[in-house]
Amino acid sequence: MTERIGVYVCHCGTNIAGVVDVAEVSRWAGEHLAGQGVVVSRDYKFMCSSLGQELIQKDIKELGLTRVVVAACSPHLHEKTFRNACASADLNPYLCELVSIREQDSWVHTDKSAATDKAKAIISGGVARVAHHEALEPLRVPIHPATLIVGGGIAGIQAALEIADAGYRVYLVEREPSIGGHMAQFDKTFPTLDCSACILTPKMVDAGNHPNITLLTWSEVVKVDGYVGNFAVTINKKARYVNEELCTGCGICWEKCPWKVTDEVFEAGLGKRKVIYVPFPQAVPKYPVIDAENCAYFLKGTCKACEKFCPTDAIDFTQKDEQITVEVGNIILATGYDLFDVRRIPQYGYGRLPNVYTSLEFERLSNAAGPTGGNIVLRDGKTVPKTVGIVHCVGSRDQNYNPYCSVICCMQSLKFAHLVHERTGAEVYNFYIDMRTPFKDYEEFYQRLLAEGTHFVRGKVAEITDFARTPEEEGRMIIQVEDTLIGKQRRIPVDMVILSAGLEPRQDAKEVGKLFGLACGTAGWFIERHPKLDPVATMTEGIFIAGCAQGPKDIPASVAQGAGAAARVLGKIQQKEISLEPVRASINEQQCSGCRICNGLCPFNAILFHEDRMVSEVNPALCQGCGTCVAACPAGAISGTGFSNEQILSQIEGLLLVNVNGKTTEAVPA
Amino acid sequence: MTANGNKPKFAMYWAASCGGCEIAVLNIHEKILDVDANFDVVFWPVAMDAKYKDVEAMEDGSILLTLFNGGIRNEENEHLAKLLRRKTKILVAFGSCACEGCIPGLANLCPVGEIVQTAFNTISTDNPHGIYPRTSYDVPEGELHIPKLAPILRPLDQVVDVDYYMPGCPPESHQIAAVVDLVIKVVRGEAELPPKGCVIGVGDSTVCDECPRARNVKSITEFKRIQDVAPVDPTLCLLEQGIPCNGPATRSGCNARCPNVGAQCIGCYGPAEGVLDYGARLISAFASVIDAKEPEEIERILDGIPDPVGQVYRFNLAGSLLKANMDAWRVKAG
Repeated sequence: MTERIGVYVCHCGTNIAGVVDVAEVSRWAGEHLAGQGVVVSRDYKFMCSSLGQELIQKDIKELGLTRVVVAACSPHLHEKTFRNACASADLNPYLCELVSIREQDSWVHTDKSAATDKAKAIISGGVARVAHHEALEPLRVPIHPATLIVGGGIAGIQAALEIADAGYRVYLVEREPSIGGHMAQFDKTFPTLDCSACILTPKMVDAGNHPNITLLTWSEVVKVDGYVGNFAVTINKKARYVNEELCTGCGICWEKCPWKVTDEVFEAGLGKRKVIYVPFPQAVPKYPVIDAENCAYFLKGTCKACEKFCPTDAIDFTQKDEQITVEVGNIILATGYDLFDVRRIPQYGYGRLPNVYTSLEFERLSNAAGPTGGNIVLRDGKTVPKTVGIVHCVGSRDQNYNPYCSVICCMQSLKFAHLVHERTGAEVYNFYIDMRTPFKDYEEFYQRLLAEGTHFVRGKVAEITDFARTPEEEGRMIIQVEDTLIGKQRRIPVDMVILSAGLEPRQDAKEVGKLFGLACGTAGWFIERHPKLDPVATMTEGIFIAGCAQGPKDIPASVAQGAGAAARVLGKIQQKEISLEPVRASINEQQCSGCRICNGLCPFNAILFHEDRMVSEVNPALCQGCGTCVAACPAGAISGTGFSNEQILSQIEGLLLVNVNGKTTEAVPA
Repeated sequence: MTANGNKPKFAMYWAASCGGCEIAVLNIHEKILDVDANFDVVFWPVAMDAKYKDVEAMEDGSILLTLFNGGIRNEENEHLAKLLRRKTKILVAFGSCACEGCIPGLANLCPVGEIVQTAFNTISTDNPHGIYPRTSYDVPEGELHIPKLAPILRPLDQVVDVDYYMPGCPPESHQIAAVVDLVIKVVRGEAELPPKGCVIGVGDSTVCDECPRARNVKSITEFKRIQDVAPVDPTLCLLEQGIPCNGPATRSGCNARCPNVGAQCIGCYGPAEGVLDYGARLISAFASVIDAKEPEEIERILDGIPDPVGQVYRFNLAGSLLKANMDAWRVKAG
């Protein structure tokens, strides 16, 4: 054995030392693995601290270590730390192996003696592996300075403005005809009761006019190639049937269009819109789209009213979907949320009882620019409700639907109560499980509502029905609820019910995740790199998340995340180039017989096939070292740097418990 | 074939095998005369009468070349493997069974007791008196012994040191002829032996390399058994037609005989040079080209391979990383 290996066992405070006997593990490694080349083995309270790192560096210099094994947390957390420590002691950083005895051992076991044996086995595997490591140099590639932002809600707009203001190109892709997102649908924002449009539309206009922002509305990303620093993104621009270069946004077309349909998206089904339309007057961009599914021309071949009246000849019925490809270095996903479908709780009567509203419907109903001009009336369009019930946690904090808290519903419900109270003078009942008002000025808003005389009933609503039991319930809806504060069942007759529906991941979040190489958690939200310390980065380098795509949150938090993601992107752009792991796949041309099994698999399109020689080749500039082709190659002709058969098998062999206690679990046949 | 003291000695032996390898050697036609002309055949049970004790009496290392076919399934196999190893300079694991276990190795999926049970007591077996084999039996002439079964079947190199491997079920005649030619040249001092541990009588790539069928980027939505595909496209890659062809992972050297006549490669030439575990490689390759996203759909497509072990480990189970299944491992010999 020519390698001189140092083993460093971390206590991680009590994280590891509380379960694993680290001193014993260190002693054992020094004694039993000496034959494998281990010349020193130490344990230390926090290996990642500067003192811990110095320990390693000192040994490299004084003992002439040629390999280092650190047994601590997951490589995800501190691989870089220890590699850097080695590098600064002039040992090639890739000759250091970090094995996890925390995530894979102390955190998941309670039996101390077994966990200690396991730690030994894990270290034994690491020592066996590290001997086969090679010195590698990281690859450096330039970062494309442009950024793609998917989703034009407030989080996406904020991110776009931050990056564009810093002087870099942004492509802002939005699938609806206008940017603005859910916030554009609201009348007021809690707790300050700012006019939502008043604070949002200036940002929308800024984004629309910004010389560094390319707005791609009515568009969707269909393909993402490449990797951090160099993505090539294919975007489908859906046909608008309006030539954006000629259109002035004058509005004559939608005035003249004789066809109206219910607006299920922006007006949440409460109002109508024309077939050629902008979703709302302040839409950005100002260009309308033709809803081809409902357009008389597309259905019957006649009408063309819009075309006849357009003063600039901007209507173009021949327009087709267009695919464009943009090159970007980083991507931010700010794709937002969907509202929980309240029809899934049939006992709440939505769709059956006309005056049961969803929260989004009520936003439109109370919006000064909404279908009723902000008048809070029942579905008949004139009756002002005298009593209104607001149900919290609809579809949230409910094991039957979503176990999580949707964060915004309590405050939104308080806002609704205030608006109802202010505009109609009606009695308002809020039905809540727990009141959650944790952020700045939120609790104060709750106190204000209490002072306004809103009734708060603590209990989960069992049923909303129009089946009257007493004369005073006749003709009204009755909310059946257990008031848990007085320990009694109550029946409260009301004229209007607002269901404060929870937030859910976008229905297509999984597909979008696949497109961008992101994973979704159990609830379906995109998973951040670290829940506390890295909330806007993801496990895929160069792809960031912001706003509700990451989990339910309110406007201030969405804006903060948008800005945070932008800061992360700007930091990357400023570095101008990025250092990539030198882990790359390569194909042994002699062993490759051109079966082409790997050809379609590479997520980075790094494999090309030479028809003339009948062999495949990996382009190292595009390869990201994911290992997909290495695993798939039936001939074993592809190998991945750092993951040779030798390295993997020696690690497995080292891991076997027989190395630790001399016992095998199974008798080997003679 | 008579003994001749001046010629180098040649032996061939069959352990747990079908005998096909022996036929393959005879199938080199007139080349067999070269064998006789150049070698003194001292031990070859299928072709000539010889006793084990004759071999035992030979000097160690006195046989130049032994072609050993068959896996090690019982005490007798093991005894002969060790004996011939001692007596032989160049020991060749000849044919798939000796190299990697082959069909007899599939028995490693069951504990040995189950194998005996299946052989002696199933509906199709006529055994009214419930007679089972015993390792010893008294007869008027004395005590008879039959060799004890080992818990699993082992390829030759799991029992003794092997100099060369010659795969195939059986090895192709033209490859055998070429190897015979080479050894004769070596004996005459006209050529050198390849490095020890080499796989000989083979190509250096995979069956695909020798297969003339057209190949494209693969995307499979259905696996089918070949008899269920009608008609099989005579010019297109069989795997692309949904027929699980083992060619991509299998060592070349057979001239892609099966794909050439419209049948999928079943892998008798064993793992290609870079392949460590043949079945694992194949199943991960097949899985890689399945064109489906939903787990249920992927399951449905994979169900098109009704016998996955038989498909990807038909020749290689005993020589694979796992060698046998857990139950077979657990059984003590006997």
